[in-house]
Amino acid sequence: MQQYGIDESKGLEFGIYTLGDHLPDPHTGERISAQQRIQEIIEFAKLADEAGLDFFSVGESHQEYFATQAHAVVLAAVAQATKNIKVASSSTIISTSDPVRVYENFSTVDLISGGRAELVAGRASRIGLFDLLGYDIRDYEALYEEKFDLLRQINEQEKITWSGDYRAPLRNAEVLPRPQKGKLPIWRAVGGTPQSAMKAGYAGVPMFMAHLGGPVDAFKQTVNAYREAAAAGGFDPAELPVATAGFFYAAETTQQALQEMYPHVNEGMKRTNGRGFAKQLFAQGADTRSVMNIGSPQEIIEKILYQHEVFGHQRYIAQIDFGGVPFDKLRKNIEIIATDILPEVRKHTAK
Amino acid sequence: MNVVALSGSTAGSKTRTAMDYTAASLQKQLPDSDVTLLDLAEYDVQFSDGRHHLDYDGDTGYVVRTMMEADAVIIGTPVFQASIPGTLKNLFDLLPGDGFSGKVVSMLVTAGSAKHYLIAEQQLKPILGYMKAEIVQGYVFIEEKNFYQKQITDDDVLFRIDRLVEDTAFRTGVLTRIQEEQDAAYDF
Repeated sequence: MQQYGIDESKGLEFGIYTLGDHLPDPHTGERISAQQRIQEIIEFAKLADEAGLDFFSVGESHQEYFATQAHAVVLAAVAQATKNIKVASSSTIISTSDPVRVYENFSTVDLISGGRAELVAGRASRIGLFDLLGYDIRDYEALYEEKFDLLRQINEQEKITWSGDYRAPLRNAEVLPRPQKGKLPIWRAVGGTPQSAMKAGYAGVPMFMAHLGGPVDAFKQTVNAYREAAAAGGFDPAELPVATAGFFYAAETTQQALQEMYPHVNEGMKRTNGRGFAKQLFAQGADTRSVMNIGSPQEIIEKILYQHEVFGHQRYIAQIDFGGVPFDKLRKNIEIIATDILPEVRKHTAK
Repeated sequence: MNVVALSGSTAGSKTRTAMDYTAASLQKQLPDSDVTLLDLAEYDVQFSDGRHHLDYDGDTGYVVRTMMEADAVIIGTPVFQASIPGTLKNLFDLLPGDGFSGKVVSMLVTAGSAKHYLIAEQQLKPILGYMKAEIVQGYVFIEEKNFYQKQITDDDVLFRIDRLVEDTAFRTGVLTRIQEEQDAAYDF
């Protein structure tokens, strides 16, 4: 775990991620400007850092209702504005970028932050960016696998000789600058299915697992598949970190949390995914056995501890800002995490 | 209420003839609703390549959006090679796995022979069930002999279409109320 900067003696790491979505607040119908949204993301990261959270990440989506297409640029600002928190992507769409440029960007963010950068590489759930950036959707899988592999090789080797199908060959190339600790922690983004998790496992790569909703039990199968594949690939699963990422919202009571968050998730999903989020599913999210962390602080503590017991994961990453959640609510959530949730979670998960 | 009358084939004329009557019946019975006649023969729809349904553009994007925005769909289909046409299956493949969730879906089948009567029962309903449609169980089956010069000649067929439209509309209204009642049960 050490090579990935994870110290299990301190307990489960707690982080925040944003997809960088830029949606109206359904309670008011108003949408802030892209400029304000980006400034608030940087401010959100500062609050998380000051509150002692471990991790903050920003996603890359090239479509309507998003503002952080240039997520590495936003992360550079986050790196400069924060002191201790790890800064990362969630995710970088490696399929449609040049791994050399991505590595240059993230090692630069790493140097700006003083060695706090990480990279989570995904392949996009939407495909508009293939047209936008000039790639063929037929190469969806192959582009991801080849470029992710190249990215990892660049991380491992200061001088690289490489050839593949989707990029010009590299001959004894030096990709600079190098990150502060020599290497960046690079994670594979997994959408929650065991098939995808197994690919991360076979390659011995840390897994960043995103989930919308559903029982913890169901995602346990994905975590198991990942660890079994890692063992089959000759890696020690005990040395490979797992991060889980999903919806989070805390309020005084579970009822209040559901009331405040539901319109954001429902309306946000309608705009970005074409359909809303069923109330029935959202209501089940309040159950301790559900993977969604929405509820009162006490309920959320119980949920996270239960998830930790089942998954044995190293990092939990909360998505709080989806669907135009106003900034004062984000501030309030960070406060609740820092004062009520984090101390309990750390106390009970520290090894 | 947003109702789509779908003519699911690029070949032949019987299904379109029946769906023209179906759309007119919908308009007559539901004057306050938006009725869209969607004939796949009029659009250049690409084959599904697995992308998110919002990522299709052009004619394909229009057809997919029209289907997704419907509260109810009456699917008109011919029978080709003892099955539904590829154009109709492709439309299903363009939609999300549970793309008919929260929608009432009913069926109208045209065929050259009565031997094809169970095709909808055995091949179309399982797809609609998988895609979470609220299926109107009874369907209208129309044979070749009921058409003459692109008109339906049999009043019994017209009566059956009118009843299918009525059942579809009534069930859509009830389904909306069920959904509202269920949502109201939650205090958020």
